[in-house]
Amino acid sequence: METVYLAIPLAPLFGAIIAGLFGKQIGRNLSHWVTTGSVALAFLLSLFVFKHITLDGGAVYNGAVYTWAVVDNVKMEIGFLIDNLTILMMLVVTFVSLMVHIYTIGYMHDDPGYQRFFSYISLFTFAMLMLVMSNNFLQLFFGWEAVGLVSYLLIGFWYEKDTAVYANMKAFIVNRIGDLGFLLGIAIILIYTSSLDYTVAFEKFEVHKMNLPGIFPLTVGPLTALDGVDALDLALVLLFIGAMGKSAQVPLHVWLPDSMEGPTPISALIHAATMVTAGIFMVARMSPLYELSDIALNVILTVGATTAFFMGLVGIVQNDIKRVIAYSTLSQLGYMTVALGASAYSAAVFHLMTHAFFKALLFLAAGSVIIAMHHEQDMRKMGGLRRYMPITYWTALIGSLALIGFPGFSGFFSKDLIIEAVHKSELVMADYAYVMVVLGVFVTAFYTFRMFFMVFHGDERMDDHTLAHLRESPKVVTTPLILLAIPSVLAGFLIDPVALGDFFNQVLLPVKEGFREVTTIMVDGSKHAAIPELRESYHGIPGFILHGFLSPAVWLAAAGAALAWYTYMKNDEVADWFYDHFGWLHKVLSEKYYLDAFNQKVLANGALYLGNSLWALGDKLLIDGLFVGGTVKVVKRGAALISRLQTGYLYHYAFSMVLGVTLMVAWILFVYSS
Amino acid sequence: MSFEQLLFYLFSGVLLLSGISMVTVRNPVYAALSLIVCFFTSAAIWVTLEAEFLGIVLVLVYVGAVMVLFLFVIMMLDINHNHLKEGFIKYLPVGLLVALVIAVEMILVLNGGGFDGEKYMQGQRHGADYSNTKALGEVLYKQYLYPFEIAAVILLVAIIAAITLTLRRRPNSKSQNIDQQVRVKREDRVRLVKMEAEK
Amino acid sequence: MIGLSHYLVVAAILFAISIAGMFLNRKNMLVLLMCIELMLLAVNLNFIAFSHYMDDMAGQIFVFFILTVAAAEAAIGLAILVVLFRSRRTINVQELNGLKG
Repeated sequence: METVYLAIPLAPLFGAIIAGLFGKQIGRNLSHWVTTGSVALAFLLSLFVFKHITLDGGAVYNGAVYTWAVVDNVKMEIGFLIDNLTILMMLVVTFVSLMVHIYTIGYMHDDPGYQRFFSYISLFTFAMLMLVMSNNFLQLFFGWEAVGLVSYLLIGFWYEKDTAVYANMKAFIVNRIGDLGFLLGIAIILIYTSSLDYTVAFEKFEVHKMNLPGIFPLTVGPLTALDGVDALDLALVLLFIGAMGKSAQVPLHVWLPDSMEGPTPISALIHAATMVTAGIFMVARMSPLYELSDIALNVILTVGATTAFFMGLVGIVQNDIKRVIAYSTLSQLGYMTVALGASAYSAAVFHLMTHAFFKALLFLAAGSVIIAMHHEQDMRKMGGLRRYMPITYWTALIGSLALIGFPGFSGFFSKDLIIEAVHKSELVMADYAYVMVVLGVFVTAFYTFRMFFMVFHGDERMDDHTLAHLRESPKVVTTPLILLAIPSVLAGFLIDPVALGDFFNQVLLPVKEGFREVTTIMVDGSKHAAIPELRESYHGIPGFILHGFLSPAVWLAAAGAALAWYTYMKNDEVADWFYDHFGWLHKVLSEKYYLDAFNQKVLANGALYLGNSLWALGDKLLIDGLFVGGTVKVVKRGAALISRLQTGYLYHYAFSMVLGVTLMVAWILFVYSS
Repeated sequence: MSFEQLLFYLFSGVLLLSGISMVTVRNPVYAALSLIVCFFTSAAIWVTLEAEFLGIVLVLVYVGAVMVLFLFVIMMLDINHNHLKEGFIKYLPVGLLVALVIAVEMILVLNGGGFDGEKYMQGQRHGADYSNTKALGEVLYKQYLYPFEIAAVILLVAIIAAITLTLRRRPNSKSQNIDQQVRVKREDRVRLVKMEAEK
Repeated sequence: MIGLSHYLVVAAILFAISIAGMFLNRKNMLVLLMCIELMLLAVNLNFIAFSHYMDDMAGQIFVFFILTVAAAEAAIGLAILVVLFRSRRTINVQELNGLKG
């Protein structure tokens, strides 16, 4: 099996290398065949692993395949931890990636960077698989940075565009901030456990928390400067800062809307379905640690709830179709984060999976619309596309219904579960989070159907030329839409095994004395009872749907959709009235809470000012002026002085030699006589 | 005074005197001849020190070859040697002072170095059947074979270097180019032309 | 008796003479080259004397190599002298200050 595990990430890497280095030689067709084929292979092998471990109950694999270095007894390895969580992620990543590969054949058809694009997305698949399959922090960090790199490359894919270059710089820099926290978190864990291995960290911190004798308490130790701070709390919050960067949580979310400058397929693959969920995955993977720290969970809950509601609000005022979906992604990532904070890790991962399907679907549908509109993304210039693009229309409808949580669709199950879990949570911030996520449902429904109606219904507002060429996208584009629509509807029915069942209860570390059993996703039922309680009250899918109708979420969603219908289909004056009376609110939302302006004016300009001052003082005056220039001057003057000794006459040199010999002999005489 | 001592003082005296004359005479030819006398006398001293082979080599190589080369060069270069001797008196005090200091220092070192012990009063005298050349060859061709080869290469390089440095191509001089003469073919020299017969 | 130090003193005086010669004949490069030969001769005399009194063949081997190298040096030195004279029409060291910094 080790060979299979190794082959899964290496196949896309192989494809990426072939398409990337030899793309010109092998041509466009062979390039997309190699990359798509290698990703398809990875998908099939993932299915095989799924059958082997999940269906046939094979053993969890946790082992190293290669030792890179051993430093001071810390092993740096490449290793795999293959359990149901990993397998779920592998399936989602390879499936969405495969769909995007196929879709790209149509979407990027006329682009000169065709091979380069395929190389990048295959490379991304490799990096993401390395991330999710890792069994140690080093490889996790490698995958983490590698997906960030590919994301950077793909946002700036059209590098002639200034906005694209600006956006990819922004994404890179904002992610650096998060990654710094991530790295520091890993460092703390490394300090306290002397190991990079997940299971070792789980075991050691578990033992720490159980306060067994002979173990130093976490509040002292190497981090003496932070006396009184629990090192585990600190490490987990730092790790979560990394997740905030990658999963675009407030306030590190600013890069994600701008990342829509990249081609639409990667918006679907990287900035909706997979990479941005890496943070969610990471926290879920670390659940045995996060369960030990209520402080970290409260932080997660607050950040997630804030993101879920306030980012959704911004989505309402956006006019760019991709930006609406981007803010929707932010909001949905907030939901997942809230679930993590409420210890409903399985619900978070479940929502991650359903979201991957319906958000990828929505993005690809948006891409299909953009193709038809000749790369026009402004929704105010669309409308009435229902008649021209039936497949796109129906698949987009499915995606939208899934997104707002229409009963029966996948999003309903996952989102409702999250809301219920937050409701049941007993953390300090749980009430705030509950209000936010419930209101978020209304907002979600409103902006989703605002977009849906503006694009597909109403009058055709585009120019005549575009209108004349409106037609459904080619099969290579619509096929992935249909293939993604299926799980968008049906994935919700997996709620029983995945979110509430024993799917994630595979044992990673068995019970020992004074030491609980560590499972893939671990929930401390005594403190964080949300999921266990939900599990008890769960009575099959019909019951869950029925229960949904009794909760406010479904009604709020319906109200949101209805308001969108009334505002944008029936009565235009509502929007005007809103602008007249709440202009300030609209302004704040359009400016995204002035966060970008703040970053630009205060942080960027401050850094610029600081850099300029340091340059003027340190570089120019001290280093250039004093050290470099001063050295030059001293050498120059000294050389001018010394060069006078060089008369050029041979006998002067000979004389100095003789003089030297004389002095040397005199010295020897002096030394040996005394 | 034994015969041995007599020889030593004789040769040493001549050696030093001719050395002094070498550095003081005006004419470089005389200087070269004085140097030859130096070589002769020190070869004689070497022979008294049982270094017969090197003594003979000194005479053959230095007197026979190197000094002849010097004389050649002196004669070849058309130099007014007189003004080259200018400033001789001016630098005489400094030169003598330095030489004196050096000599005194070195002699002091020698005297303080303990070279006047019993061992250094009488060298090892060998019998009549002793061959210095053989002994030298034994060491040279066994123990010092590689340095010897390198010395040979150095000599070869010196030969080539000296020749290349002094080689003067005279573009106007006429000489035979034998290889071209040998290589010549009929076609290069004879051209057959077909033409109408004159009427 | 003639001891080792006798020879060494002779060699030292010879060496000092050649140094004095370099000062006195500072203009004539030919005589400078001869002075160098004289210096080497003084050194060789030391080696031979040591070799005899310490009964060690290595001294003579050393002299052998010095002679070889000195011969090569004299040949090349004279060749350079000839070339120099051809290009500058002089061997006056005082007129050669191309090394001046």
